[in-house]
Amino acid sequence: MSVLAILEQRPGQDGKPAWNRMSFETLAAAQQIAGELATQASAAVVGRDLAGLAGELAGNQLAAVYAVEHELLRSYTPDGYVAALRQLLEKVKPLVVLFPHSYQVRDFLPKLATSLGKVAVSDAISHRLEGGQIVFVRQLFQGKVNVDVRFAGDAPHFASLQAGAYRADRAAPGSAPVETFTPEISAGDIRTRPLELFRESERGVDLTAAEMIVSVGRGIKEAENIPIVEKLAKALGAELAASRPICDAGWLPMERQVGSSGQTVAPKLYVAVGISGAIQHLVGMKGSRTVVAINKDPNAPIFEVADYGIVGDLFQVLPELTAAIQKVK
Amino acid sequence: MKIVVAIKQVPARDSQLRIGASKKWIEEADLTYEINEPDAYALEEALQLKEKHGGEVVALSAGTARASQTIREALAKGADRAIHIEEDLTAMDPLSSARLLAAAIRRESPDLVLTGLQSDDLGYGQTGVILAELLGLPHATIVMQVEAQAGGIRVKRELEDGWFQHVEMPLPALLTIQSGISKLRYATLMGIKKAKTKEVKRLTAADLGAEAASASIVLDRIYSPERTKRTQLFTGAPQEAAAQLVEKLRFEARVL
Repeated sequence: MSVLAILEQRPGQDGKPAWNRMSFETLAAAQQIAGELATQASAAVVGRDLAGLAGELAGNQLAAVYAVEHELLRSYTPDGYVAALRQLLEKVKPLVVLFPHSYQVRDFLPKLATSLGKVAVSDAISHRLEGGQIVFVRQLFQGKVNVDVRFAGDAPHFASLQAGAYRADRAAPGSAPVETFTPEISAGDIRTRPLELFRESERGVDLTAAEMIVSVGRGIKEAENIPIVEKLAKALGAELAASRPICDAGWLPMERQVGSSGQTVAPKLYVAVGISGAIQHLVGMKGSRTVVAINKDPNAPIFEVADYGIVGDLFQVLPELTAAIQKVK
Repeated sequence: MKIVVAIKQVPARDSQLRIGASKKWIEEADLTYEINEPDAYALEEALQLKEKHGGEVVALSAGTARASQTIREALAKGADRAIHIEEDLTAMDPLSSARLLAAAIRRESPDLVLTGLQSDDLGYGQTGVILAELLGLPHATIVMQVEAQAGGIRVKRELEDGWFQHVEMPLPALLTIQSGISKLRYATLMGIKKAKTKEVKRLTAADLGAEAASASIVLDRIYSPERTKRTQLFTGAPQEAAAQLVEKLRFEARVL
């Protein structure tokens, strides 16, 4: 009864399959958990023309690498992936199956689990062993509360892992045999028709290059209040950014959005103003060297990742902070 | 187009949460509740599709008696009628609650089922996709746009890092809607008045003949997260706090 990591690829710039970076976090987690359970880890990748990617996986400490290949898996569809993975699971019979908690996994994992009468533990942030059983930790209420979750019933047990929860650089090198697995899928099984991937427009603002970022969230209340944040950004010489709701409302352009659906940034200084710190935002900025949070709620999850925080009314704090920075700059 | 939109009532976003005595759930006593935000966008999308293509919007919600407030608001915004499954979902895993919803949806045979991409309370992000599997429907998640076309619909899915994808599928189908897909409407006075006369069908799990799933995951206990990073907090008057922060940024973090 092994631990199986399902890794993720999608077409890269050259049209060939390329890794989703989160895959190697899942691989490292599978190795770690397999070690703790005194069993073996294996890994699988689903798609077409996977020889290159499977070859890369073969350089890791794994019992087996499965290249799940079929012409009907060239483009991702939930129907195709679930059909293929069900057949792989019947063959491998793993105890635990791990996935990166990516947008693609969110699209098909609940379907896969449901088809087997199971529920996946989605978006887990860590795990521990208790009496030989895995306990996963996940977040409730947008990160304000944690919960310990155990599996019940028969294997396989499914879990998806939050971006950044496990470290890709901990993946242990080794050598593994590659096996091509060809599932039986027919075109009639696939009910959705995926079209090309596209981007809306070239990005005008590259936040990833910014040394300092001042980012604004819901706490700003109204579009008319944005200038007080702009003033702070200007005093610091920082780029202005925002959490998703601000861009959704059209108060700042989409190209200034930080988070899982926007840009991932790691500046020297990140100042989060009125941002509560939903996980979708945190994954986009938690690599910042120094994080400052200004928020009225002392329990806001943003303080989990902040080095410095001011608990207070941003409408009173920001003018004072802008003035204090102008004095020393 | 007949559309069922599944909506959930959750604690208001800025709620101060306390862990309940049982350590299984939060203290619900003095919380205020609102519609789960992505579900509000799913409702909005349903209403806009009806305005374009005609048909009917049925709001479906499972929850205790207090969920009737959220249902009334959906009716006031323009849903034609509603179904309230009066059951407490807090102890249920997402498969069990989806089974209740699926049983109610099956009776309606809609062309389209919409729901938000995830809930702000449990945050599994699974209910929509589980429903699709239980109902045998094709689906797409994290949808930003829905267009009717010959033979079905064409939707725009959001992917990571600013990428998108169009996906086509036949009807009936299920979509999970991303927040921000359009601007939310407010209920009008006329809408609020009309809502009082609209039908709300109240059902229980027993009425629906929904079987409880044998649990495959168990919530052991909930707790406040431990801080992994030690945050230096400045809680004084704004001017004083600002000065302390600038001092730290200059001489400790050395970023100014």
